[in-house]
Amino acid sequence: MSQIKPLHMAEPAIPDIAVSVMDVSKNYGSVEALKNLSLEFPRGELTSLLGPSGCGKTTLLKIIAGLLPATAGKIEVNGVAVEGPGDDRAFVFQDFALLPWATVLRNVAFGLELRGVAKAEREDRANTYIKNVGLEGFEQSYPHELSGGMRQRVGLARALSVDSQVLLLDEPFSAVDEQNRRKFQEDMLELVATEQKTFIFVTHSIEEAVYVSDQIAILLPRPSRVSEVIRPTGFRHKDVANIRRDTEYLDIVDRIWSSLRNYVE
Amino acid sequence: MQRSLIIKLSSAVFVFGAWEIAGRIPVSYAFPTFIDSMAALARMSLDGSLLAAYGETLQPLVVGLIISAFAGIGMGLAIGLNAKSEWLFSPIFIVMQAAPLAALIPILVMAYGIGLTSKVAVVCIMAMPVIVLNTSSAVRNTPVSMKEMATSFLATKRDVLLKIVIPAASPVIFSGLRLGVSAGFIGAILAELKITPTGVGDIITYSRSIADYASMYAAIFSIIVLAVVFLNLLEKLENILFAGNNRGYVSD
Repeated sequence: MSQIKPLHMAEPAIPDIAVSVMDVSKNYGSVEALKNLSLEFPRGELTSLLGPSGCGKTTLLKIIAGLLPATAGKIEVNGVAVEGPGDDRAFVFQDFALLPWATVLRNVAFGLELRGVAKAEREDRANTYIKNVGLEGFEQSYPHELSGGMRQRVGLARALSVDSQVLLLDEPFSAVDEQNRRKFQEDMLELVATEQKTFIFVTHSIEEAVYVSDQIAILLPRPSRVSEVIRPTGFRHKDVANIRRDTEYLDIVDRIWSSLRNYVE
Repeated sequence: MQRSLIIKLSSAVFVFGAWEIAGRIPVSYAFPTFIDSMAALARMSLDGSLLAAYGETLQPLVVGLIISAFAGIGMGLAIGLNAKSEWLFSPIFIVMQAAPLAALIPILVMAYGIGLTSKVAVVCIMAMPVIVLNTSSAVRNTPVSMKEMATSFLATKRDVLLKIVIPAASPVIFSGLRLGVSAGFIGAILAELKITPTGVGDIITYSRSIADYASMYAAIFSIIVLAVVFLNLLEKLENILFAGNNRGYVSD
């Protein structure tokens, strides 16, 4: 598939905002996990939350998902304040969170099942996404029969099949082996290009963040804050095979590492 | 599959062979051979006395197990989901599990007489605690990420209970049911030996008193076979209801 997106370049300099986080704080007892954090997520782009462990990136993602309440501040998705989980957001979990007693087909259709979509229709839609993520032929398999990479493809298909505008991914590839992870990262670029969705991607891998992101938010801990937002510009439209050789890619990876290295225990 | 069948058969041949040899030595005057016991079993099956005995034994057993299964799983769910019902019910079942049942039987007889009620109570006291305690601990250990997943995909509380909590707890609930069913069998026979001799308990008591040990062992053997068949059916039911639970063995 071609990675050249001419339309993308014609877009205005400041894109439309899909999700905005405004002065969000989160306390666990006396521990401040997040403090006055503000960040904007442009529509149709992939934004990474990158930072050392304990910097609250997963906490922020779960607050955006509506799974955790914020202690203070506000989240808006398409201008509507977040009160809890909603059909405008879908979540991909680090540990896949598949139902071990259900087939791949039912797992992928589970989001639609909870929304009350009729069985024939939801299985039809699930089958489309099972095909899209490359799991054709495994519809009747159970999760324990699949490899880690395939399980996360099920998790991804489940999130895609509910057709939410915002996709929240919590370290989705950290439990997947290196080769599968690279394939996933290439697939992510394709998904961002083809699906008209906003992706919010939590990762602890600098290379992964720079490789897949339109925008990288660096989070620093104690108390958590956004220290920097980086927007790679030069290599985003190049072929996937050439990104890792691009000098801008390498410079950004180096720059992020030099700002994060002081925070690694 | 073929190999596991051979292993099962050879294990049966080994046990019954040892029984036969021990009976022929004999290890005790009161220990019949396997063949004699099977002959007694065949005779009692054919003359209908075994069938009539099970007609009586199965009543408290089945009623008690049905009550224990439904009430036990229900209370286990309540205890697992709600701290208040844990404080209310949990001590009862811990006491029930710890109490020496044989010592409680006279109290049950005083309260409920010597009829079906007392026997059902004995079956329930045996079977219910493990079902309740297994269910409640299984419910409490529902994986958090699965509940979070369902919530993020807009599950209602009812969805979370029916589609996540219960299926996730089902392997442990079923192992509690299996333990409860085997305890219930013990309870049913104990009730017939300790309260009034009826059914299979009557065959055991009566044939012992007239030194017809072959019939006594045949009755004991038949109740064990019935319990094993029942447990296997329960496992089949689990595999039908929750097909994904059957994940084979680690060594496969």
